[in-house]
Amino acid sequence: MEYKNDLGKPWRYEEDGFTVTRTSMWSPPGCHPVGCGLKLYVDKEGKLDHVEGDENNPITKGRLCVRCLALPDYVYNPSRVLYPMKRDPKDRGKDAWERISWDEAYAIIKEKRDYFAQTYGPECMAVFSGTGRSGGIMCQEMAQKVLGTPNACYTQSGFACYQPRSAACSCVLGAYYPEIDYAGGLEGGYDNPEYVVPEVIVVWGKEPLPSNGDGLFGHVVLDLMKKGAKLISVDPRVNWLTTRSEIQLRVRPGTDAALAMAWCYIIINEDLYDHDFVDQWCYGFEEFKNRINDPEKGITPEKAAEICDVDVAKIYAAARMYGKAKPATIAWGLAFDQNQNGNQAGHAMLAIMAITGNVDVPGGQIIGEVPADMGMESEMAAGAGGAQIEKADGAWEGDSTDVISFGGIGDETAQGGWEGIGEELTQKTIGMDQYPLYCNNIRMAHADMMLDALLTGEPYKVRMGWIQSTNLLSPTCCAEPSKWYQGLLGLEFCIATDVFLTPSIQGCADLFLPIQSCAEKDDVNMTHYAGSPVMVGAINKAIDVGEAKSDAQILVDLGNILGSPRIAGRYTTGAEYTSDNRAVIAGMDIRALGDVVYYQRGCNYRKYEKGLLRPDRKAGFLTNTGRVELYSTAFEANGEDPLPYYSEPAFSPRKDPVRGEKYPFILTTGARTYAFFHSEHRQIPRLRELNPNPLLEINPEDARKIGVTDGQWVEIANEFGKAKFKARVSPIVRAGTVHAQHGWWFPEQEGEAPNLFGVWQSNCNDLVPNHYNSKLGYGAPHKCMSCTIRPLNENLDADMSMIWEKFGKLVK
Amino acid sequence: MGEIWKVGEIMAVGYGLLIDYEFCSGCQTCEVACKEEHDLPVGKWGIRVLDDGPWQKNDVDDEGKNFNWNKIPVPTDLCDLCADRVKAGKDPSCVHHCQAFVMKFGTIEELAAELTKKPKQVLWVPRG
Ligand code: SF4
Ligand code: SF4
Ligand code: SF4
Repeated sequence: MEYKNDLGKPWRYEEDGFTVTRTSMWSPPGCHPVGCGLKLYVDKEGKLDHVEGDENNPITKGRLCVRCLALPDYVYNPSRVLYPMKRDPKDRGKDAWERISWDEAYAIIKEKRDYFAQTYGPECMAVFSGTGRSGGIMCQEMAQKVLGTPNACYTQSGFACYQPRSAACSCVLGAYYPEIDYAGGLEGGYDNPEYVVPEVIVVWGKEPLPSNGDGLFGHVVLDLMKKGAKLISVDPRVNWLTTRSEIQLRVRPGTDAALAMAWCYIIINEDLYDHDFVDQWCYGFEEFKNRINDPEKGITPEKAAEICDVDVAKIYAAARMYGKAKPATIAWGLAFDQNQNGNQAGHAMLAIMAITGNVDVPGGQIIGEVPADMGMESEMAAGAGGAQIEKADGAWEGDSTDVISFGGIGDETAQGGWEGIGEELTQKTIGMDQYPLYCNNIRMAHADMMLDALLTGEPYKVRMGWIQSTNLLSPTCCAEPSKWYQGLLGLEFCIATDVFLTPSIQGCADLFLPIQSCAEKDDVNMTHYAGSPVMVGAINKAIDVGEAKSDAQILVDLGNILGSPRIAGRYTTGAEYTSDNRAVIAGMDIRALGDVVYYQRGCNYRKYEKGLLRPDRKAGFLTNTGRVELYSTAFEANGEDPLPYYSEPAFSPRKDPVRGEKYPFILTTGARTYAFFHSEHRQIPRLRELNPNPLLEINPEDARKIGVTDGQWVEIANEFGKAKFKARVSPIVRAGTVHAQHGWWFPEQEGEAPNLFGVWQSNCNDLVPNHYNSKLGYGAPHKCMSCTIRPLNENLDADMSMIWEKFGKLVK
Repeated sequence: MGEIWKVGEIMAVGYGLLIDYEFCSGCQTCEVACKEEHDLPVGKWGIRVLDDGPWQKNDVDDEGKNFNWNKIPVPTDLCDLCADRVKAGKDPSCVHHCQAFVMKFGTIEELAAELTKKPKQVLWVPRG
């Protein structure tokens, strides 16, 4: 049966009394920039009536997840804040907000910023960000371009989200993060003759269906399964994909480096590697091979079986299955970051991809092209439109964390520090002394060192804060949020941007700036933050709501008011700014992009042969040796072992059996749900209903032992903190391991301090300490902590009818 | 299509939903798409995604595919097969948005023919 569809419709059209706007959604609400295709149906009164999936999107083809379907419930939620507000710093935590105008808000910011910068030096200001929102990746721009401080800070301990992997990519691969190739940039997608369906997809430490992590639209894995791709899963926890895998390796949490090294052992010693690629494009193969086979630091499959607690036959079977498949591809995830040994796990993982010849080939691992140096050929991958990019001033002001996540390019320093703030100020970045690779790789302060500075005033006092579109106190983007709360309360002045009044803002901010949702602004979505050559999409404005402004508009307004040399006089609208800084990847301006809505970037495979991975346009990779450094000279130069090694998680019961008696359960956190993006969406009844309470998954064997039944509330605790969850007794977690949901706060509860919307009730991050990072400053044990569990008699179940009463009546 | 639609009635007779539960990922998009389409409050649903599992299978016999966990979407009494949408020539909202492309809407006859083509599918006829 055939139905009418909207294929080929223009970006805006009329239908049955609605004006329909086609758009590529991204932020807010948060999402990794996937850019799913949406059709926004706006009624005669200019209100968003409903949302449908746009079948014109070449990747999502009309599919949507629950969060975009419920977009009207988010946009018109009665608890949304739609105008700027201020509060006396003495009243932090109290519901003592006063509505003000944007002019007044900007005047306050100018006065405060000028006072702090002139009195104490601009480094006394810091901008804090989280993940997956447009404002988050503008953190460095807000700090460095606008306020003039080097201290942008992603607050999660050890930047335990993407950066540990990204640093390994810079140091070992000399290229952007390699993602699985799903033909996202190719016209016709899977049917494009250039594309090859991978024989094997490995999903390792990632759950792409609900998370769409790193811009990978998760359900493409399912599409490829239907086309014959076989799956291997590496995950301690069972999820839908693992049940459809040929092999699941249920590793003990935090042991991924050992398993990846064992895969290298099998692939090398059984001669399953690509000799041509290794000879021509890899550096240090002999040293690498020697390390893998080293009796002490090497890892045999038998040793890995012991460390990871999995069947050795399965390790052999999985590595052989991957090694023999052509092409084969690996989706690797957050488990690599939430682990002190993650740089090494990442190193071994990149080696697996490289020595099997799967890097930058169709159906293998796709990597992004690097813009050419000024004066060099500046042709980006010829996409559907065959775009030619001419960069205005030679420096592509890519504002994404990923675009700038490259080490080793002297571009920023050549301009005198980050964003032109000068070398001296750049060197004052908090954490620069101890972790220069971390700070320079992402142009940010080190998270754990920033917390120290907030608490101790060392190396200097941070006086003004800016919470940029993050709800850090809810257990998402920092370790030990109770300490961050204390640290933020020490600020003399604090500004925050968001859609809702979050616990972080209610607790710590003095000025609230409301931001627009993705339906309310013209903006640009870059799939995978532009790190993969997939798609650039237009976020097309369809409605106006209240007085909210876009992140980019606030940046541009303040850039003008504060006289930022890179903004003042150059831009008046946020759209102009994102046009220059993001739409440029598509080789068009934002209006032209708005017309086409989706622009597929084209895939230039084997870019290392063509010089497209280096700004100097020489063949090879962007490392010191120009090759994939199986022996990493960059790690070595930064005081780290140039070869991978395994280290036992700091808090594993195996490492410290005495402590293990007290805290016998391995605690993992952070698995994603469909209903929520991290700490968002708890006030959207139709989403909250899918997952009303914070859950702790516990194996039936363990539940029986400690006397917990399904649905009972429990308290988890260790020496750092405690939190309450509702038990879900299920065999999907290994015996001895529990999984706690993250991101929880309760918008239906009392907002004033000390309750702060219940943010301390189920705060799993309060059990995770700071400063358990790698030598290079990366990673944190969010997925390999440990705890004890106590059954509770109280029942803290959410009252869904009360939540519907409170948040179900939309304000249109 | 349309021969069995009764004019003036918002009820689809002779139509059904075919769902391939081998590939249904349990994303719950159908549930929320339906709730948004029909403006259903908390507590009411037009379709529910039920769990078959998870429980451990015998590893050896099942070649390592070691858990039984199927997601089975079941339309409720409130499912009207999106009569208004279908009359306007659109597919039902759950079918349109399904992230795994595993839902089909059609006449019982055509869907029954589809059902013979592969195992692990279920055919629902919520209206008689
Ligand atoms: S994955 Fe992100 S963009 Fe896509 S539908 Fe879900 S929330 Fe929207
Ligand atoms: S066909 Fe329509 S009414 Fe029935 S479950 Fe799907 S969306 Fe709901
Ligand atoms: S939308 Fe499709 S894949 Fe998702 S739960 Fe429903 S039937 Fe399954």
